[in-house]
Amino acid sequence: MSRDEAQRAIEASFRIERARLIAGLARMVQSIDRAEELAQEALLIALSEWPKTGVPDKPGAWLMTTAKRRAIDAIRHERMRERKHGELAQTLDEASDEVAAAIEAALDDEVGDELLGLIFVACHPMLTAEARAALTLRVIGGLTPDEIARAFLSNEAAIAKRIVRAKQAIAAAGLSFEVPRGGERAARLPSVLEVIYLIFNEGYAATSGEDPIRPGLCLEGQRLGRMLAALMPEEPEVFGLLALMEIQASRLAARLGPDGALLPLTAQDRTRWDQLLIRRGLEALARAEALDGGGPYVLQAALAACHARARSAADTDWGRIAALYDRLRIVAPSPVVDLNRAIAHSMAFGPEAGLRLLDEIAGDPALGSYAPLPAARGDFLFRAGRLSEARQQFEAASRLTRNTGEAAFLRARAAACG
Amino acid sequence: MRVMVLGKATEGNDGAPPTKEAFAAMDRFIEELVKAGVLVAGAGLKAGAEAKRITIDGDKRTIIDGPFAETRELVAGFQIWEVKDMDEALAWLKRYPAMPGKNEIELRPFMEAADLADYVTPEELATPREGERGKLGVA
Repeated sequence: MSRDEAQRAIEASFRIERARLIAGLARMVQSIDRAEELAQEALLIALSEWPKTGVPDKPGAWLMTTAKRRAIDAIRHERMRERKHGELAQTLDEASDEVAAAIEAALDDEVGDELLGLIFVACHPMLTAEARAALTLRVIGGLTPDEIARAFLSNEAAIAKRIVRAKQAIAAAGLSFEVPRGGERAARLPSVLEVIYLIFNEGYAATSGEDPIRPGLCLEGQRLGRMLAALMPEEPEVFGLLALMEIQASRLAARLGPDGALLPLTAQDRTRWDQLLIRRGLEALARAEALDGGGPYVLQAALAACHARARSAADTDWGRIAALYDRLRIVAPSPVVDLNRAIAHSMAFGPEAGLRLLDEIAGDPALGSYAPLPAARGDFLFRAGRLSEARQQFEAASRLTRNTGEAAFLRARAAACG
Repeated sequence: MRVMVLGKATEGNDGAPPTKEAFAAMDRFIEELVKAGVLVAGAGLKAGAEAKRITIDGDKRTIIDGPFAETRELVAGFQIWEVKDMDEALAWLKRYPAMPGKNEIELRPFMEAADLADYVTPEELATPREGERGKLGVA
């Protein structure tokens, strides 16, 4: 093995350990910055030692011990400077040897808890969603600021600044790196899930010609979701989010048409949906439902699953989808959910049912210039045989959308009304 | 990227169940993979005695019942990992637990759309097709 290969192998091994390493160190030194430095120092030592000694049996434990020894040494030096008396330093020396021994004894302990603690800190609701996403990708995902910047179509300096500020805010607030329990956990979990879904969606929104790191964000989101599911096996919403991401990701290869435009679910080639991800998604959903989940992510995953289970668009169980939207609008009210609910009801119970529900939300200012609203009304009217009214709606929708492909589609539908 | 990890049967052992210790070691390793979000699928396979092989030579098809004399190439189990690159896959592979005897594990990256360019154009891939298909299992 060449020197270069050996170095790459060590760095790859380090990457596997990095998040857990930082998590364990952050809890010890109560600082993400310092933890990252210590982890980096441990990597440098590994790069000089391992080529001579070979990779240790437990590389993670080795790196943690090395980094923690560095931390203890630094604390010792600090205190030596503070207290000049030799005897005091001597006592302290013995004390920190005991600490070191205790740390080593604890090395084989469960570290998942520390990782979860770090995730909760990086996703603390006091930070903006963007800051949480950048920090999470940095400390948990191991992406560099340059990679994060490319992924979010930003520049490296802006991302680096965002991460620094987030760390400063965490330090200033004196956040504990413990996993929150009980009511506090329930209060803070949504901001963790929101960040993971934001990362996933940023990747989902990327188009094929872009920097491949952007669609790669889908995988980052899925990986984070899978980690979280392993760390929090009793939280239905974690499994709901995981199921939602796995099922949506199953359609990645089928979602774009030959012209690069997004294809609706009904027009996608379902044989190109990734059955492995669908199976994983359905399993995660089953787990969430077994845990009595009924939160927004579980319901959205259940909606996605209705489409995933249908072998063709015509096989879609619209009655079940309509019922799920009835529940979703209660736990996560939004005008867009109401609109989708109307569409589902129109598919399940006929265009008149859809029109009745649209009348209920027609006055919502949030939907005032939202093209999908008149597009849906146009579709319901068309299906009800009220063609001239339908044409007006399609024309209105085509004027509201900024997407040229969509506008052309809507004008074609207007023309089809005769 | 996705990689297929093929665990081969050890020499002289045609894929018989592992010892309790080996099973426990694999269980711990799988736990690690799950916690890292790396494992997406996997299974152990029954012994070669329960396997069938078919050889296809032009029009001639011959079915062979297990067990097979040559055990070294017999796949005893598989896992599918989702990793960032081959370096990461290799780093995980180095932690694969030892099964009794001499082990061989094979790591194979999945083909991706770009690898199929000679067979299917990106336009064909993007064009919805009617009905069922089993043409190409792109990861």
